Amino acid sequence: MFLKNASSKIKQIESLPIILVYFIIMASFLLMAPQVFTGYRIYMSFLQTVPPMLVLALGLTLVITAGEIDLSFSAVIAFSGFVFCYVFRTFDTPWLAFIMALASGALVGYINGILIAKIGVPSIMATLAAQFFWNGVTILLSGGLSWNIKEIKEYVIHPFFVGRVGGIIPVQSIWALLVAIFLWYILNRHVFGEHISFIGDNVDVARVMGVNVVTTKIQLFIIMGIISSFAAVLLTLEMINFWTTQGSGFLLPVMAAVFIGGTSIAGGKGTIVGSFFGAYIVGSLEAGVVASGIGGYWTRLVTGLVMAISVILNIIFGTSKDKKIKEKIKDSVFLKGIK
Amino acid sequence: MMSQKKSFEYAVRMVDIEKYFGKVAALRGINFEVGANEVVGLIGDNGAGKSTLIKIITGVFPPSGGELYIRDEKVDFSKYSVKIAHQLGIETVYQDKSLGDQQPLWRNFFIGRQIKNRFGFINVKKEKEIAHDIMMNVIGFRGAGITVDSTVSNLSGGERQGVAIGRAMYFDADLIILDEPTIALSLKEVQKVLDFVNKIKQSGRSCIYISHMLSHVYMIADRFFILDRGKIITSIEKSQISLTELNDFLLKYANKK
Repeated sequence: MFLKNASSKIKQIESLPIILVYFIIMASFLLMAPQVFTGYRIYMSFLQTVPPMLVLALGLTLVITAGEIDLSFSAVIAFSGFVFCYVFRTFDTPWLAFIMALASGALVGYINGILIAKIGVPSIMATLAAQFFWNGVTILLSGGLSWNIKEIKEYVIHPFFVGRVGGIIPVQSIWALLVAIFLWYILNRHVFGEHISFIGDNVDVARVMGVNVVTTKIQLFIIMGIISSFAAVLLTLEMINFWTTQGSGFLLPVMAAVFIGGTSIAGGKGTIVGSFFGAYIVGSLEAGVVASGIGGYWTRLVTGLVMAISVILNIIFGTSKDKKIKEKIKDSVFLKGIK
Repeated sequence: MMSQKKSFEYAVRMVDIEKYFGKVAALRGINFEVGANEVVGLIGDNGAGKSTLIKIITGVFPPSGGELYIRDEKVDFSKYSVKIAHQLGIETVYQDKSLGDQQPLWRNFFIGRQIKNRFGFINVKKEKEIAHDIMMNVIGFRGAGITVDSTVSNLSGGERQGVAIGRAMYFDADLIILDEPTIALSLKEVQKVLDFVNKIKQSGRSCIYISHMLSHVYMIADRFFILDRGKIITSIEKSQISLTELNDFLLKYANKK
């Protein structure tokens, strides 16, 4: 009886399989490269590089839970980064720059939301177009140049977002953790999160039960835009630099993080905890594989392997075994509207 | 469960309702009513106009002509909508559109009507308590191995109908519309659903039961409306006709076509 209780308690822990995968990976790195992984530096380097990707993955989790997809966040990384630098350099006020950067992300999200929820463009197409468009806008406005903003180090905003606590722990990792906690509450405890889960699960049910699907989806994409622009600010501040292609490497790793975490591609079931560990897995693999002496050529292969294993674990331990949900996967965002 | 005292004669009444889609008449001269605490069986073939009739009652679209009364009060179609129908105590339970499969039961009870604070955060503990209470005392899921945390996809077809019906009863619906609730269910599951419908009756509510499974309708309805090609052919009290007679009547009518 006690054992049964204990095992059901353990099963209730959100995203347990993926947390185990994370610790198994870390343990194997520790075995293979003890000289690197017993020191604190490698972990501090993860805490410095992973947060922008992590923040994006957390936002994308909500979008995928609603049965939609956003491919435009990598353009927002560039666009909002540019807006941040531009406003800062022109008006010399970093907080206004911060607010304008978030507003620019909200604008991109709002337009995405209108296209998707009001006009009915499949999100994969609307946000793909948006990615090209906003990347193009960024290149035009910046003249294709990169901008250095090292003078921002003099302002309080720099240590506030990307400083080092006690000279060691990167502050952005704490911000990313706060975003994760906040979005966990939004997804699991707020009406909005419940609505997006039902929309992703079965949009007819959501509608019949009185959920305003159009408004909720527009709000969702606005939130995704704001989250993306927050990631852009973290990245730009850390690099004290803006360059036009600064978002281009994020698209696939962020999506990998969300799916490794166990959020269902079919929509209806998203996990913030899973995406949190998914992002750290994706973000640690490259450095870890190199440090453990396997060699840089292996990193992609290992990433693919880990992703496949994680998704299989999620299917075995998750609810996606269900026949109906399997059918739903066939009907997911990537095929929606193409049939 | 206490029977509710109803202050109206008819839960819903239609007078000379007609509905045209372009030039096609979907409904003509419909006079239809459901009394307080009456279970009405709506019978008809595919395309007879059953769902059009229901959609007018539930506010999906207005009729082309005629009058609709809900709880004896005339409906103003310019202000009528699905939301208003909800507020007037009309709940529809659809076979496939009632529950989110991947969500836990307690969320399914309260979706769209959450117990929340002013910041929109859900009172999970309270929702679970009430959901538990509905399951035990309204639906009667005793010892079935189902808890409020169960995911809907783990429920049988009949149990799903039970959850949706229980939800409608908890939110004080006066009229519960069941659209083909026993389609694709095993015999045992059908019996569960019919038991749920009896609970609707016992609690003093009204019900429209749409089905072409005659034997199921006959078991639980007080009165039958037979709809064919947009017209109501007849309305019969259960006491006036046996199942065999009803069956024969429908067969004869179908052969006359």
